[in-house]
Amino acid sequence: MFSLADISKTIDTWLRLHLNDTWTLVVEMVIAGVSVIGLFAVLGLVLVIMERKVSAWIQIRLGPNRVGPKGMFQSLADTVKLLVKEGLTPDGADKFLFNLAPLIAIVVAMLLMAPIAFAKNFQLWDMNIGVLYITAVSSIMVISVLMAGWASNNKYSLLGAMRSGAQIVSYELSAGLSIIAIVILTGSLSFNEIVQSQADGWWIFKGHIPVIIAFVIFIIAATAETNRAPFDLAEAESELTAGFHTEYSGMKFALFFLAEYVNVFIVCAIGATLFLGGWMPFHIGHWDAFNHVMDFIPSSMWFFGKTFFLIFLIMWFRWTFPRLRIDQLLNLEWKYLLPISMFNILLVTAMAILKWHF
Amino acid sequence: MGASSMIVLILAGLTFGIIAILLARLVNKGSTNKQKGQPYECGIPTKGKTWIQLNVGYYLFALIFLIFDVELVFLYPWAVVAKKVGWFALIEVIIFFFILFMGFLYAHKKGALKWV
Repeated sequence: MFSLADISKTIDTWLRLHLNDTWTLVVEMVIAGVSVIGLFAVLGLVLVIMERKVSAWIQIRLGPNRVGPKGMFQSLADTVKLLVKEGLTPDGADKFLFNLAPLIAIVVAMLLMAPIAFAKNFQLWDMNIGVLYITAVSSIMVISVLMAGWASNNKYSLLGAMRSGAQIVSYELSAGLSIIAIVILTGSLSFNEIVQSQADGWWIFKGHIPVIIAFVIFIIAATAETNRAPFDLAEAESELTAGFHTEYSGMKFALFFLAEYVNVFIVCAIGATLFLGGWMPFHIGHWDAFNHVMDFIPSSMWFFGKTFFLIFLIMWFRWTFPRLRIDQLLNLEWKYLLPISMFNILLVTAMAILKWHF
Repeated sequence: MGASSMIVLILAGLTFGIIAILLARLVNKGSTNKQKGQPYECGIPTKGKTWIQLNVGYYLFALIFLIFDVELVFLYPWAVVAKKVGWFALIEVIIFFFILFMGFLYAHKKGALKWV
């Protein structure tokens, strides 16, 4: 049966047969790097075409339909277009910071891949503080946004960066608190153990109402943290042209764009891992025949299926809710989400101690 | 793969970004035009500097964020052991949240969370 863990094990044993330990490690590092870059490129292409197709579907129009069958190669053509565009640096800009910002964005998005469990026993780094690592690294994202906005020497960029910074740091709190709800129930910060704890049912089913509240808050905060509509104030087209990346063009813009989409994937992957069971298949109590059929679907399929379901949900939001004003945005976080999630933590703790969850 | 994956990922990110930018530079030669270096604002030359002292309305939010973020970091080790410790953990965190919430209410009463 198709399994990513088996493939990586086969490669490992084959390499160990032919090379010594040091060279095995080096070759494995190169393979891991290349495959992560490949995953990046594929995610960028797939998510862009998915976004355009989903928005077309919601607005009852066709969407891109010229390049390739049903327009499936549209994002490939867009990449080529972005490649031949001139990458400008404005005269007044801080050249060093201006060129550094997209690189930081891409490196941060890359680093977030480390603890995510893509399939059964398939993880780059099974660290015991995975959740903490994710929250720590994802907050570096703000720096690249602020850097880009400041270095551009453009008023729109500066305003967009300030808004984006305020928004990302605000919503980090409620995202963190809803993650903590799961950490309390599991008693572990490791992604692997969090997935293992959901073997007899995903937390969203096991955890009753408090976990559902945490999940809803997490989805709202994830949408806000990735700067997507209805929280896309940082790049509100009608107000700020394009926010912090107004001055970027060509490949540097493409890097920001890619980092943004990969971040969407990563927050959805974290949501799927914490609340929807990661690569755990869907099981119902003692229905052995049903459970066996579910086990037959590869674990990577489960993971990507759940993640893409959440991505679809976030894309759906974009075409359903109107954009918030900045004071409404900050009110929503500080006056509603934060107190609710703090109270929710107490509920979850009481539930975990009383063992009310299944 | 362990901690070495961080080095791999940083290097992978840097190579990906740098290769993409260099490839783009190789493919197009670019043209020289003085107007191109202008900031993209509305078509006419921009008035005034961008890098001035300005009142950032999010300043107070950032301060409150700092307090709550530190709180969040304190909560992680607590969250791991909360289930094992039992009721004492709940009482402890209620006291912790109570003090924090008083501070939050004070900031709210003082108008720190009001948009001006």
